Amino acid sequence: MKSTRLDTAILVFGLLLVWQLLYMVAGANVISAPLATLIRAGQLLADERFWLHIKSTGEAFGLAGIIAIVLGIAVGLWLGFRRFAGDVADPFINTLYSIPKITLYPLILLAFGLGMSAKVAFGVIHGLFPVTIFTMGAVRNVAPIYYRTARIMRLTDFATLATIMAPAALPEILAGIRIGVALTLLGTLIGEFFASTSGVGFALIRASETHAVTDVMAITLLLFVFAASVNALLNFIQRRLRHNG
Amino acid sequence: MIASSQARLSSVIITRIVVLTALLAALELACRLGVIDRVTMIPPTEMVAALWQILASGRFDSDIAFTTGNIAAAVALAVGLGFFVGAGLHALPRLRRVIEPMLSAYYAIPTFIFYPLLIVIFGVGRTALIVMGAMFAIVAMIVNTILGLDRVSKVVLQSAVMLRLDWFRQLILVRLPAAGPHLVTGLKLAVTYSVIGIVAGEFILATSGIGKRVAFAYDNFDNNTMYGMLLLLLLGVIAVNGLLSTWERRLHRRFGQQ
Repeated sequence: MKSTRLDTAILVFGLLLVWQLLYMVAGANVISAPLATLIRAGQLLADERFWLHIKSTGEAFGLAGIIAIVLGIAVGLWLGFRRFAGDVADPFINTLYSIPKITLYPLILLAFGLGMSAKVAFGVIHGLFPVTIFTMGAVRNVAPIYYRTARIMRLTDFATLATIMAPAALPEILAGIRIGVALTLLGTLIGEFFASTSGVGFALIRASETHAVTDVMAITLLLFVFAASVNALLNFIQRRLRHNG
Repeated sequence: MIASSQARLSSVIITRIVVLTALLAALELACRLGVIDRVTMIPPTEMVAALWQILASGRFDSDIAFTTGNIAAAVALAVGLGFFVGAGLHALPRLRRVIEPMLSAYYAIPTFIFYPLLIVIFGVGRTALIVMGAMFAIVAMIVNTILGLDRVSKVVLQSAVMLRLDWFRQLILVRLPAAGPHLVTGLKLAVTYSVIGIVAGEFILATSGIGKRVAFAYDNFDNNTMYGMLLLLLLGVIAVNGLLSTWERRLHRRFGQQ
């Protein structure tokens, strides 16, 4: 554990060094220096206008995340429980998961217009399918003995799902949620790239259009840190649950 | 038992076809009756007609070739480099332990935020798009290479040692085929991610390509061209994905022990 931490420190230091060298080779037109980027990131975090962007992205991301998780789990539980329906739906969901959703952006824009709802829709179509697929797989992998127990206790379908299947499948469902949340963030930001006049994604695309290299790098860095933290948090929860379960 | 499971399989497939047909028919009807207006979406049959017209007239052939070529180049780059980086990380456990969490967080970041930077470095054109696609795809290949190499059975490795193969030959002649199923998974994901990276790049800024044509048609309310091109792109991706999935399943069955 301790040596891993040391190695991580060495790696981060190494990456900063490479970054600094790249900056010295390529010049300020292309990338900004590590220190300048960090300072700019700090300034952005102190800037009220930037917090408006964060708030706008946060609202869209939160809403899209909740819709993707709730809908994904509901559909996944049902498809996992009803084996025939699951078999029928399986290739459709997998295809929807694997197509590059970015190609659907004109369709989403035409259907939802510019603004909040398009951003949320973008987030949802990215996050929904992994949650559904993982939940469905998790329910199908629940040991058959649980089914029999439920039948012996004469539970209704709903009670079986809510009190037996969902808890038994929880660790795998969480793995799906982790991927789903990451993709929802990606989708929301893409939505802001193309379909918005506010939000962190919009701030980023505007910075790159006006060729504000330091701003682009600083926002990218902030996004990376945020995404990695969310990922680490969900990882942590998932591991805790596995130890308990 | 076998007969009944086959009967079940065919009834599943029939239900799939019925559901798909019903969905398409409902969409067609909704478009024709004006529930969905024409500015938003044209009926599916007209999309197919538009696609046919695009292919028959050949007016976007150079764009289609541009995008396909870029995707092929990006996939080749990502798969080739990704395999060797993955093999290298697999051989260096200390480095791997540090880097692995970063790899798993990688896809939480929209990589094409770097596209504007790439344009500054490489200029508007092929190179920036290919690098973009490869950057997006390479991590999927690295992760799956490591996963595949982890699963190579000990017996196989021992026989490689007995044959006194050097590290490189061991990698190419023994580990690579044994890790095959996971490498195909990596390839499949690399294709999807390359398409995302390149098409997104073409949407944002490019001189030609399918993404560029779609964005141009969108700006000009030319729904026939837009939906025709989108249909072409989606059908292409689904076809390639389906082929690779079949290959993947076959390899998994052959190396069935996992």
